[in-house]
Amino acid sequence: MLSLTPAELDALRLSLEIALRSVAFSLPLAVLIAYLLARSRFPGTLALDALVHLPLVLPPVAVGYLLLVSLDSRSAAGRWLLAHFGIELPFTTGGAALATAVMTFPLMVRAIRLALESVDRGLEAAARTLGAGPLDRFFSITLPLMLPGILAGLLTAFSAGLGQFGAVITFASNVPGVTRTLPLALYTAIQEPGGEAAALRLAVLSIALGLLGLVLAELLARRVYRLLGR
Amino acid sequence: MLRVSVVKRREGFKLRAQLEAPTPGVVALFGRSGCGKTTLVNIISGLLEPDEGRVELDGLRLTDTRERIRVPVERRRIGYVFQDARLFPHLSVLANLRYGERRAPREVRTIGLDEVLALLGLEPLLKRRTHQLSGGERQRVALGRALLSQPRLLLLDEPLAALDAARREEVLPYLETLRDRLSIPMVFVSHQLDEILRLATHVALMEAGEILTCGSLSEISLQAEFRAIVGPEGVGAVLDGRVTRVDAARAMADVELGRGTLHVNIAGARVGGRMRIQLLARDIILATEPPRGLSVRNALEGTITELADELGQAVLVKIDIGAGAAVLARVTRSAREELGLRVGLPVWVLVKAVSARGHAYPAGMPAERPET
Repeated sequence: MLSLTPAELDALRLSLEIALRSVAFSLPLAVLIAYLLARSRFPGTLALDALVHLPLVLPPVAVGYLLLVSLDSRSAAGRWLLAHFGIELPFTTGGAALATAVMTFPLMVRAIRLALESVDRGLEAAARTLGAGPLDRFFSITLPLMLPGILAGLLTAFSAGLGQFGAVITFASNVPGVTRTLPLALYTAIQEPGGEAAALRLAVLSIALGLLGLVLAELLARRVYRLLGR
Repeated sequence: MLRVSVVKRREGFKLRAQLEAPTPGVVALFGRSGCGKTTLVNIISGLLEPDEGRVELDGLRLTDTRERIRVPVERRRIGYVFQDARLFPHLSVLANLRYGERRAPREVRTIGLDEVLALLGLEPLLKRRTHQLSGGERQRVALGRALLSQPRLLLLDEPLAALDAARREEVLPYLETLRDRLSIPMVFVSHQLDEILRLATHVALMEAGEILTCGSLSEISLQAEFRAIVGPEGVGAVLDGRVTRVDAARAMADVELGRGTLHVNIAGARVGGRMRIQLLARDIILATEPPRGLSVRNALEGTITELADELGQAVLVKIDIGAGAAVLARVTRSAREELGLRVGLPVWVLVKAVSARGHAYPAGMPAERPET
């Protein structure tokens, strides 16, 4: 039963590509935001925290709709992106990646923030007395010690990104070969008469992918912890 | 010279500290836990900013709140060895050692990796990961790491406190080696008298956020503030003297103290070297006549300069033994009355050779010089 049709293979490839692009895009930003939330004491922290976590509590369709309204070709931001960078987001693979990134962003920020909070500030102070300035300290001490959390956040966001549905279909639509990812293909198969076999294949594939992600995350975490000697 | 004059208020605590210490030298900050020693050290390092005051090292102003001078920690070149070592867990021992060295300006590099490895016996540890080290080994690596950052001053915040007695003995000799072989000034925080006896050239006595007194250990050991901190069992004069004769086979040495000479049972001395001896007040016997027919090896002549009642039935007697040196003896009130002890009375101070605790130092040690 696991002989996939070309369309299903397309969906698999798209899911992986979109999830990968979304985490690649959101990782640096997530590290920055996590740093601000964990370390800075400016008064806007609470608002920023709420904003970052909003996609967790909003209906995904609403997130997709908000993206559409603010980034389509009629909006100021959409026109600017098109004019200056030639980037068109709605109904494109890039748009699907953006919607996925927004949806999985809170998961990534949470994991990275936890990792940052568990870094012993005493080690940073020690690095300071040894002559390391702020950026130097961050890259030589803080970031390496956060690595387990960053990897965990990355894998969680990636795995969750494989299954994004509401925001993606609303913002990027359901175009075969462009934005039709595994969950969208699964949904389409269910809608079609006689699509049960295809739906089952896609569901099993999604489960397998998810499991693989979880196992990989665990193995990686163990390896990193061993490297850090904990 | 290290000059510190700072005020720092915290909830329920106020630090008001004035410290002047010669460099190079080893200044011990001595006091009970919670008296502000670590706060003061953090202010010197720059990790903590004082509310008011100045920190100046060899003419270089590091902090001056009035002139808004605040040299960042990373540019002070002040090495800091923390109580908990704080080795970087993601780096090897070698990479830990190199961390500070790589960041030190090239033109100030005076001590190299090979020298540090030899001084601290670190060679066998290089390939290990930090979590495979024992507590004592961790502190030695932390020391080496701080030294390689080419510090102008080394701060040691109770580097031995987290270690058991055996591990302390494993690290202490290395600290002595650093003091004797390098000319890096050190500020050493401790609440262990024996550590201070072995390492310090000067002592600053701290209590409740203030430095009560600061000077050579011989001076400080005679003061009431010191006696209050060490408790009745630890009261005793600390004396520094030159070694004039050594009988290595019997671990005996003659040390000049005041006008006399003391025979002590302490190993490791060398003729011409220096020795620091602590004579506990409770171990000392006083006689008003020259003693005869006793097993006691030592009788130093002196004059009583002070008598102070202690708790219970004890009296603490201070005896000047010449050349600026003094010892403390504890006697009972009845002994004081029977012997007629009073200020100005000549007495003989009897010391058993085995009761003197002490340490021998090489001749070149930057030992206690008179305060200038």
